[in-house]
Amino acid sequence: MEPKVISQALSIAARSGYWKYDDRSHFCQKQGSGNNWANGYSVHGPKHKDIIMNLVQKEAEKCDRLSGFFTIMSMAGGTGSGLGAFVTQCLKDAFPASFILNHVIWPYGTGEVIVQNYNSVLTLSHLYHSSDALLVHENDVIHKICAQLMNIKQISFRDVNQVIAHQLGSVFQPIYTAEGALHYSRSPLGDLMETLVPHPEFKMLGLRNIPQMPESSLAYSSFSWPGLIKHLRQMLIANATMEEGIDWQVRPPRPGSSIPSKHSTSKLLHFNTSIANLVILRGKDMHSADLGSFQDPALYTSWLTPQDAFNLWKTPRAFNKYEKSAALVSNSQFLLKPLDNLVGKAWNMFASKAYIHQYTKFGIEEEDFLDSFTTLEQVISSYTTL
Amino acid sequence: MTQSVVVQVGQCGNQVGCRFWDLALREHAAVNKKGIYDEALSSFFRNVDTRSGGDGHDISKGKICSLKARALLIDMEEGVVNEILQGPLRDVFDSKQLITDVSGSGNNWAVGHKLYGCQYRENIVEKLRKTAEHCDCLQCFFVIHSMGGGTGSGLGTFVLNLLEDEFPEVYRFVTSVYPSSEDDVIISPYNSVLAMKELNEHADCVLPIENESLFDIVNKIHQMVNSGKLGSIVKQNSLVTSSAGSTKAVQEKSFDAMNNIIANLLLNLTSSARFEGSLNMDLNEISMNLVPFPRLHYLVSSLTPLYTLADVNVPSRRLDQMFSDAFSRDHQLIQADPKHSLYLACALLVRGNVQVSDLRRNIERLKPSMHFVSWNQEGWKTGLCSVPPVGHSHSLLALANNTCVKPTFMELKDRFMRLYKKKAHLHHYLHIDGMEQSCFSEAISSLSDLIEEYNELDATKGGPRIDPSRLKIAV
Repeated sequence: MEPKVISQALSIAARSGYWKYDDRSHFCQKQGSGNNWANGYSVHGPKHKDIIMNLVQKEAEKCDRLSGFFTIMSMAGGTGSGLGAFVTQCLKDAFPASFILNHVIWPYGTGEVIVQNYNSVLTLSHLYHSSDALLVHENDVIHKICAQLMNIKQISFRDVNQVIAHQLGSVFQPIYTAEGALHYSRSPLGDLMETLVPHPEFKMLGLRNIPQMPESSLAYSSFSWPGLIKHLRQMLIANATMEEGIDWQVRPPRPGSSIPSKHSTSKLLHFNTSIANLVILRGKDMHSADLGSFQDPALYTSWLTPQDAFNLWKTPRAFNKYEKSAALVSNSQFLLKPLDNLVGKAWNMFASKAYIHQYTKFGIEEEDFLDSFTTLEQVISSYTTL
Repeated sequence: MTQSVVVQVGQCGNQVGCRFWDLALREHAAVNKKGIYDEALSSFFRNVDTRSGGDGHDISKGKICSLKARALLIDMEEGVVNEILQGPLRDVFDSKQLITDVSGSGNNWAVGHKLYGCQYRENIVEKLRKTAEHCDCLQCFFVIHSMGGGTGSGLGTFVLNLLEDEFPEVYRFVTSVYPSSEDDVIISPYNSVLAMKELNEHADCVLPIENESLFDIVNKIHQMVNSGKLGSIVKQNSLVTSSAGSTKAVQEKSFDAMNNIIANLLLNLTSSARFEGSLNMDLNEISMNLVPFPRLHYLVSSLTPLYTLADVNVPSRRLDQMFSDAFSRDHQLIQADPKHSLYLACALLVRGNVQVSDLRRNIERLKPSMHFVSWNQEGWKTGLCSVPPVGHSHSLLALANNTCVKPTFMELKDRFMRLYKKKAHLHHYLHIDGMEQSCFSEAISSLSDLIEEYNELDATKGGPRIDPSRLKIAV
């Protein structure tokens, strides 16, 4: 809702010489949303609905087979979060047969925006109703990757966004989704949903990538599939955010003791239970990679067999100068702790009624907040009892 | 891009405003090399073709013809405004933006608010409308005034009322200069408290400033400049000097240095709205994040660095020093110590080549020594603007919603009560039409309530002792 960033984005793209945004495919206003979710959702949303949906319609008509929408937004501000939630709802209404995947940026734990927890709670609860899945990137995690893996001294948002783009690319670049497939997947969004979101209550997807290193180090490194896969699996089980500092002590529960008993050690509690996992391998000799360890039923909940819960996509084509790379998109308890923290902080603030007048000013009342909290507590409860 | 309009009222307001426009032009001149009228300029200036005589039409693009400030200058005596019109800034204002009278308000809030308010109401509204029409997206009014006098205090708060009535959607940021305890105007407590009531009710955000603090800061800078510390040379452009090539050969007036600081405050506040950066912070975001409850909208501000050392040895240490300084007692623009009081919220506006990692590192470093209210433990709002101010490579403006404003208000209340108990000088006010005893009692109770709200926050540290229990979901 304000012009500076879009004009910058348009000019940077145009300068690359390879691609650019369509001149008419953007829409902005002047005032921004003031970090106010209510402003984005209740004021800007309805006001600009027609123009925005017209632009979407034009783009949709250019496709001969539209599989879905990929929205990119943050949760901490006012426009990305509020208007983003509104637009997602409109997309669902206007295109009921299309998939909607929301790429959501989880804000830094410590202050980018003071009311970020409110904005995030409202966004997540609304998205849960209209979106098919939420693919989450946490700023703190990416920041750590930049600092520790990429060795960047003075991290800028450009660096952070670069890592995020790399991770997204490793998922969405052309890939074979079926064994012995002759052509690349025609509907990556649909395939993603099919593999990862078996139940509408569980929509939170996390993304992990290996290896991740500065470009200058690539020439000196060699990779092996067994090594990469082993690390990736442990990252999944131990809820690690990157390939350094993984807790190798965490093990999946023994078969036959799928319900953690009272005597279970704390290691079991740290164990990350998955609903569904998707591993994407890019690089030569990927046929030799053995993914058996990912099909261990101990990793998953009891209501899906590993054959259904685990999927593998691959391509021999290397991605972004990494000779071999593996990505993991996981519907698991990855985001349980961040979500719990977020809701806790927001609730704490809500209890003292701080900043509420800023939201009621634009039509979001306390009841709306309570509804959002309820929705999210439900999600937390569902993920906790996996 | 949005526009802002500056309304400067009274002697203090106009003098500060004058410095502001001077610095704003200088800043834009440093950034805008090609002389093209761009979006950043349009936030404070109109581009007018004056060749066609009279009030030219606005030119929205292209080369700069003649810049006119989006401002309204109001003063009930002519001296200050006349001086501005004879100085180097005379072309920046046109006659339609001025409202003056001859006799002044005699340091009497009632004269400013009730008498001149009524008299000039139509005139003011009309001029405000005109200025607003020249903007295609007006976001904010900046009111600059002092609290201790008559015009700035009385008529200034009257204008604030008007702004709320006529332009309810537009934000109202008020920069108020509070009288110090040695103020030479005896009845300044009356004026200030009467004005406070208006600020409580009608302003979105108030940035209180105390002359004493500005004076201390100016002294500190002069000490640094004159001391010639070993191994460090202070660069020409500090927060208080206009620039190396100032046309004024004469020694600048003593208030100019202090007013420059306030002008810099306003420039830094709006920098992210005017220039690009990796983390933009618009004015509506400031109000949203820093005002948790409607009446607690008083923000303590601090600016660093005050001067630039030419010693370029350790850039990142200098950066960290800048962050530390922003929270020290000496850099605050009112006599307050935020570090030892309770923070409700804090905003950091950084300008220049600073990355998000520097910002985060410093927040992590400073957090443990600061007390935040229980429901806002991580109450930081941050903004990064890539364009540094003139003469510095980077700068930081910290805005804090902190209970350390309480002592200032309590002192004000005490000074008021000392006079009020004796009914001293009341007759000057009461014989003005529309002014009654109840105005005083309402004003003081408004101030007392405000102080009480801060007290409560301090006492309870802002929240229930135990974390409120979360909603339970039936599994």
